[in-house]
Amino acid sequence: MNPVIYIPGDSGALALGADKVAASIAAELKQRGIEAGIVRNGSRGAYFLEPMVEVETDAGRVAYGPVRASQVKGLFDAGFLSGGVHELALGDPEKIPFIARQTRLTFARCGITDPFSLEAYERHGGLAGLRKAASMAPAEIVAEVTESGLRGRGGAGFPTGIKWKTVLDTGDVRKYIVCNADEGDSGTFADRMIMEGDPFVLVEGMAIAGLATGATKGFIYIRSEYPHAVAAMRRAVEIARRARVLGPDVLGSGRAFDMEVRVGAGAYVCGEETALLDSLEGKRGMVRAKPPLPAHKGLFGRPTVINNVISLASVPIILHKGAAYYKDFGMGRSRGTIPLQIAGNIRHGGLFETAFGLTLGEIVDDIGGGTATGRPVKAVQVGGPLGAYFPRDLFDTPFDYEAFAAKDGLIGHAGIVVFDDSADMLKQARFAMEFCAIESCGKCTPCRIGSTRGVEVLDRLAAGIAPDSQIELVTDLCNTMKLGSLCALGGFTPYPVMSALTHFPEDFKPAPVREAAE
Amino acid sequence: MVVQGAGTEIEAQVASIVDGMRGMEGPLLPILHEVQEEFGYVPQEALPVIAKGLNLSRAEVYGVVSFYHDYRKQPAGRHVLKVCQAESCQSMGSDDVASRLKQALGIDFHQTTPDGRVTLEPVYCLGLCACSPAAMLDGEVIGRIDADKVDEIVAEVRA
Repeated sequence: MNPVIYIPGDSGALALGADKVAASIAAELKQRGIEAGIVRNGSRGAYFLEPMVEVETDAGRVAYGPVRASQVKGLFDAGFLSGGVHELALGDPEKIPFIARQTRLTFARCGITDPFSLEAYERHGGLAGLRKAASMAPAEIVAEVTESGLRGRGGAGFPTGIKWKTVLDTGDVRKYIVCNADEGDSGTFADRMIMEGDPFVLVEGMAIAGLATGATKGFIYIRSEYPHAVAAMRRAVEIARRARVLGPDVLGSGRAFDMEVRVGAGAYVCGEETALLDSLEGKRGMVRAKPPLPAHKGLFGRPTVINNVISLASVPIILHKGAAYYKDFGMGRSRGTIPLQIAGNIRHGGLFETAFGLTLGEIVDDIGGGTATGRPVKAVQVGGPLGAYFPRDLFDTPFDYEAFAAKDGLIGHAGIVVFDDSADMLKQARFAMEFCAIESCGKCTPCRIGSTRGVEVLDRLAAGIAPDSQIELVTDLCNTMKLGSLCALGGFTPYPVMSALTHFPEDFKPAPVREAAE
Repeated sequence: MVVQGAGTEIEAQVASIVDGMRGMEGPLLPILHEVQEEFGYVPQEALPVIAKGLNLSRAEVYGVVSFYHDYRKQPAGRHVLKVCQAESCQSMGSDDVASRLKQALGIDFHQTTPDGRVTLEPVYCLGLCACSPAAMLDGEVIGRIDADKVDEIVAEVRA
């Protein structure tokens, strides 16, 4: 048997030189006259080890990383094709602590299989959920998802099964499944990783949603900043269509479902579900007032299930292994697993799928290994640009929707961005307002105008102009934005601003005082 | 009627794009993406053609083009360099990366070098947050940018 070499094609690995490594390996194979298969797999998510090359040996897979192109020759000399000893050797990838400690349900195949081999997908448990769904009545599928306790992984945490039931119960003949792949939050990359590393799981999840609700058409709306994910999903949809996983007769069930990949155009607000629907319809991405809910009047005015990538990608395993299996993981009302994305100034950054309930401190210090710069952690922003900044004092907060809400934060899409002690929290608060001003759709006043005024107030504060009244003003402004905005962009921008102000008041002292204190 | 030569050529190409995609559900964004792919920007004279083809007003089409950051009103430089300026990259010094690039290229964000070689833009997240700071050069992703990588990028876009 020819050796098989796995070199991630994930864009995180590409950003660290995976293509150059692949080219060197191919050249070296040719020069040495060795026949070997090369698989461009997804990433296992341990980005501090990327590009991580794996070799299939008689004793199982052996990993090497992080590999630079200049080290490839040395790997061949050390006999890495049969698991030879080398300073980059990591042994069995499943035993690397960062990977071994995870509970991989949604990401079970990501980084392991060839993303475009439907055969490998099935061999690793793929399509079992869809086959089961095809033998069930729609209401039974919905009940299974409801029972699993799955909540929307995009950030809002709304129970997925309830959303599906609302769409199922509408009498409309035309319904849609829309996948929100507009993953714009800084610190998040779970959607990108699954689309690049295991795209069929999303295709399968959407097909199950179609069978469950009676929708026959799906759209995946992917942000334009993710060209590799767009290409991967288009390729996977095409393969699935040819294999009749999609089409007029899904896996021989007699039921139809097909989908299209659509690309955004650089508007952050289109991650908001109703703005996304407007964008898909070919309009400006403006937020809609609710009600009506998308489940009643969504895309083109039809009942629409709109779910995040990870919510939909978690459905196949729920159908395959049963609601009870999934529900068994987690704590309180946060059931199942959550793919944490540990990012920013962090030593061991990457994707870490685990049951809900780890504390923020365990995630940052223990799993993440502290900052990359080696300086003390000052703040951690959880949940993207609209999430709160948490100080070390709140590191005992367990990762759970309700526990974070109780501390005036949110888990959002589970992105965790770490900052060391060089961070200036006033600057971060200003950025939150500035970002809201750049990305506001402009429909509601608190967001459109409030964000611009917020930048001005914080600039005056930084300049030391009447600091006490600026703090009073920004607090009042945040309150207005929080209560008066139409969607989470204006409504949640106060989270980073107010948490920075509350937890790091020393950074909000006027400039002369701050200088004197240093 | 006298129509400028360049105008008719663009109009004809846009009309053929519209014809090919009109049947899609919600065709406007895909059409605009295709037009930008074809010309490198969305030419002013494309708008009436698209509006007519989709039975929209010109104002509606213009409103959509101007809403989205991606659609360009004029051609970009030969290279497009997008530098992430979102929180994760901020935590790893993206401010510094941006100022080094601005200085080396002699331009600010949203500008193109006078020789037309490179356009510099901010981007808010490339999903490479465990490899911050990050950038994208003509669709190629680059992570963990340090001073050396800044020099490499500058050399590449100047070549």
